[in-house]
Amino acid sequence: MVESQSPDRVTDVSTAPARVVWVFAILAILAATQAFGFLTSPPDRDMGHLQKIMYVHVPAAWSAFLAFVVVLVASVLYLWKRDDRYDLLAASAAEVAAVLTALTIALGSIWGRPTWGVWWTWDPRLTSTAILLIIIVGYLALRGFVDEPERRARWSAAVGILGALNVPIVYMSVRWWRTLHQPQSSPSTVDPAYAWGLRLNAIAFLLVMIYLVRARYRAARLERIPEMAAEREALSGSVKDV
Amino acid sequence: MSAREALSRVLAVAWKDLLTERRTKAGFNGVVFMSATTLLMFGFALGPDPAAIRTAAVGMLWLTVLLSGALAFNRSYELEAEAGAFDALLMYPGGRWAIFAGKLLANLAFVLLVEAITVPLAAVLYDLPVLAPLPGLITVLLLGTIGFVTLGTYYAAMASRVRAREVLLPLLLFPMLVPLLVAAVGATKAVLVGDPMGHGAGWIKLIAAFDIIFLVGTFMTFEYVVGE
Amino acid sequence: MLRGANLTVWPGEVVAILGRNGSGKTTLLRIIATLLRPTRGTAVVLGLDLARDGDAVRRRVALLGHTNAIYPDLTAAENLGFALRMLGRPADRAVIESALGAVGLHGEADTRVRGFSAGMQRRLALARVGLLDPGLLLLDEPYSSLDPEGAELVTARIARMRDAGGSAMVVTHDVVRARRIADRVVALDGGRVVPCGPNDYPFNGDATELSALGGEG
Repeated sequence: MVESQSPDRVTDVSTAPARVVWVFAILAILAATQAFGFLTSPPDRDMGHLQKIMYVHVPAAWSAFLAFVVVLVASVLYLWKRDDRYDLLAASAAEVAAVLTALTIALGSIWGRPTWGVWWTWDPRLTSTAILLIIIVGYLALRGFVDEPERRARWSAAVGILGALNVPIVYMSVRWWRTLHQPQSSPSTVDPAYAWGLRLNAIAFLLVMIYLVRARYRAARLERIPEMAAEREALSGSVKDV
Repeated sequence: MSAREALSRVLAVAWKDLLTERRTKAGFNGVVFMSATTLLMFGFALGPDPAAIRTAAVGMLWLTVLLSGALAFNRSYELEAEAGAFDALLMYPGGRWAIFAGKLLANLAFVLLVEAITVPLAAVLYDLPVLAPLPGLITVLLLGTIGFVTLGTYYAAMASRVRAREVLLPLLLFPMLVPLLVAAVGATKAVLVGDPMGHGAGWIKLIAAFDIIFLVGTFMTFEYVVGE
Repeated sequence: MLRGANLTVWPGEVVAILGRNGSGKTTLLRIIATLLRPTRGTAVVLGLDLARDGDAVRRRVALLGHTNAIYPDLTAAENLGFALRMLGRPADRAVIESALGAVGLHGEADTRVRGFSAGMQRRLALARVGLLDPGLLLLDEPYSSLDPEGAELVTARIARMRDAGGSAMVVTHDVVRARRIADRVVALDGGRVVPCGPNDYPFNGDATELSALGGEG
């Protein structure tokens, strides 16, 4: 995901028509996998068609989790290599993680209302997902508060790494705290009738996530261009020997 | 840098911070006052029902410790900024982790002292039986405070140096503390009101794991937070 | 912001750096002091690569910045004791007394610094830097808020540095004084180093070199 082009080439990483093709291709795949999920699965015994929210909710949660992994890996790579592009990648993945996490919570809540009769319940996964959302919002807020790019990159990498370390701890602690929930959905725990719909939608969501991270990353690079240009201009001037 | 030299530097930073605090007392008095006020406010929020207060007492106690203790951490670095000493501090030879360790120790002593006043006060206000299970209670308070102060001291190194420091520190710190809060309340309840299900040991292990993971994580990355 | 500064300081040489506000003087010193990372380019300090040997550089470089790095709620002696312990040395009372005596702060050892005048605080800051035994001394506006007698202390410190075969870089606005204390005077203009005095020094040894530096700040 990190291109090796020089900063000058950042504008033509992908041309506008190609980008439109990508959007439509991914939307088409998503529509197809959603349709597949809807058409192939019978209504659930207890939940009826409400169950079909699973095809969005669960893949969104998985992709959000993957985006967190990207934040972690890119943050570690930044501190190691000190290459700006890893910082921008971490930031882009964090933004997408925030959106997907918020989507996961919203869908869980919509599903919970008819199922449990309440919009919000102190269920372990719902609660820990909410905490993850706050952690990632804190990360993005920190980025907003620090103006100097190099310091922003170092600090947010550190915060990103600690935040990611906390993800499993948050999950475990909240699960011990409140264990009233049904087991996690995965193709192996759900009825075989739903498994393929879930798998295909997971792939479609993965593509959406990659597309969004790429788009945000490209935008972040474009925002950095004026800074980079200033730097180049500054350093290419004649150096006077003393 | 020998281990003895490193230890000497850690203690020098802790001694300097604590000595300054002892002379000004600005931070300590403010934080103790804040925690006493918070304990009272929680009581008023729950109404005059002693049973409701006793049920929520342990949670309110820990929230009071976190909310008031968090006021101490930015101060630890503002001290350096006021003295114009940040650069000088970073220029002393040896790993910068020693600076973090020193500030961590000073903040730990600070928050434990605040707790030494807050916990008895909570025991009186909320009718908590703290005397009989004292050793267990001290263990839980100590372990929980270590994790709290580790992350607080770490995030304050960043938060204290941005415009919106009062906002940024809680925003970064509190969501990270959720597992600690959950485990500390669980363990404290097990110690104070009995542990029929035998969950206490599990909670204490979780706090210990939290402490170790974040002690390692913060010590490994502190250089990046303050370094160039 | 520095834009491609290029400067070599030789052992035993004192270089004064002039320049308008915002010309990058402080940035230059902070980069050499390992407090800022150059965005591009190289910097060699006393034969050590800044990027790789930061800790070794910090052991050989002393910085008197424009802040004093003095804690107001500690006494003068406690401030110096803290510095000694941070340097890995015992907080020896005799060492502290003699350092205070050297900057004319006899008898102030146990006074809290909050009560000091600006000039006394600057002297104490000078005493703190005097505890170090660096190969390169970086002074950022060392004369600010000092009386003539205090200013002489700075000049004497710089001379001692030169006599011991060390180097010094002094940022100042005082052109006359710069010419008096320095072997060479340069100016930072628009982030670049321009000569303003005799140059081409035939020295050998581990030089401090900077080339094409960029720094934030």
